[in-house]
Amino acid sequence: MKHARIAWAGAIHDAIERGGQLELLTPAFKGRLLNFDEVVWLPPLAPVPRARTVLALGLNYADHAKELAFKPPEEPLAFAKGAASLIGHRAHTVRPDGVQNMHYECELAVVIGREAKHVRKGDAHDFIRGYSVANDYAIRDYLENWYRPNLRVKNRDTCTPIGPWLVDAADIAEPMNLKLRTTVDGRLTQQGTTADMVFDVPTLIEYFSSFMTLYPGDVILTGTPDGVVDCPVGSVVVCEIESIGALQNTLVSESNRAPAPTR
Amino acid sequence: MNFDPPWLPGGTVYGTLLNFRREFDLWAPKMAQAPYQVAPKAPVLYVKTANTFAPAGAAVSVTGEAQLGATLGLVIGGFESNEALAGASQAQGAINHEADALTRVAGCVLIDDLSLPHASYYRPAIRYRNRDGFLVCAPAVTPAHEVDLKTLAIETRVNGVRVQTVDLSTLVRDAASLLADVSAFMTLQPGDMLLLGTDCLPDGTRPHAKAGDHVEISAPGLTALVHTLAREAA
Repeated sequence: MKHARIAWAGAIHDAIERGGQLELLTPAFKGRLLNFDEVVWLPPLAPVPRARTVLALGLNYADHAKELAFKPPEEPLAFAKGAASLIGHRAHTVRPDGVQNMHYECELAVVIGREAKHVRKGDAHDFIRGYSVANDYAIRDYLENWYRPNLRVKNRDTCTPIGPWLVDAADIAEPMNLKLRTTVDGRLTQQGTTADMVFDVPTLIEYFSSFMTLYPGDVILTGTPDGVVDCPVGSVVVCEIESIGALQNTLVSESNRAPAPTR
Repeated sequence: MNFDPPWLPGGTVYGTLLNFRREFDLWAPKMAQAPYQVAPKAPVLYVKTANTFAPAGAAVSVTGEAQLGATLGLVIGGFESNEALAGASQAQGAINHEADALTRVAGCVLIDDLSLPHASYYRPAIRYRNRDGFLVCAPAVTPAHEVDLKTLAIETRVNGVRVQTVDLSTLVRDAASLLADVSAFMTLQPGDMLLLGTDCLPDGTRPHAKAGDHVEISAPGLTALVHTLAREAA
């Protein structure tokens, strides 16, 4: 089943996909069908009682590792993000004025379903709630070699679209064999497969849970394959993962925001 | 009966690297070398994830030794469910003229930002910083206007012996400029906490503690933080 979280008619609703429409689960509107363009799509993540842990991977695809002296990393290159950077499907992401290289990163997002500590690789699937698509934008102009990738590159407001759906783990028979693709204004720019991950999802869950507890609703963004390109303001970027969904996002300019009030 | 549970962060916690002049100066000769190439420009931040949050009095599990990281957390205001912070927000006008950025800070809290030693600051240090219980929080938040952020001295004691005094007058970026520089590229949400950073000792190391040790972090006018370390079950 594909789950969504949407805003409609002045409230937030849980919904599921039903025959190309959204079916509301909210008791007051239970069973009501809505078209995809009638709603505001939010990240497909239920609220959690504590700060949501969002872990992300760098250099986790073999094609990227190949560029790095043919030597894959010995340990996952992981960093953590604040959940406030997450936005939903069909949302707008701000491109700062004057930057030269801001690119998407199409990533399989893994949502944790059960508290996980010291999980063995072979049991990892039991701890996965489901999968989504994330676009973990990076602004390379701001890269610095201190805790790289630094938060100024990776933890910006509006810069982590996720969605449209959270797809039940049980519905994805082979999560490590899914095609990924990104289009910019309809032109194919990135292609890959989750089969090329350096550290696959069970390995990542074993690794993280060896020293930290993962809680239900926590998210792991599993890295992106080769093929990222700079996207100017106005670009419509669609990150798509086979059987999971197609996440659309539009880049808007910083200067189009309302001017700051004068003091 | 009045039972207040110990305070824990309600939002995301951001730590700051290399924000004391002593450590920055010790690192300065290495900053122009590989892999760093140049000194950091923007504040170097890391996220302390929710699994690290531990209440005062916690026995934090370690396998060997852990580095102690006495620091002050700035709690961002507007988090109405916390009465202490709601009260503090009414006093924010008092610091308006001093530093505009600080008006968003509702309160301050002593923190032990624990870590495992790591010699390189090139890659994010999740495995060293984000272990369960590695952010121990004092039990109560003090309204920001009651704390002198420019001169505060934070003392760390292990088993009753003073091992470090951290002096906020030696920050690279003081609280106001750190907040301003961080806010320039990301929004701190109500309930989020920004840590001012941890200092090293004169030799560049940090104070250590091991299983069985008793740690106390205190500063004038703030609620002290006490916790212990325990041996991690194999």
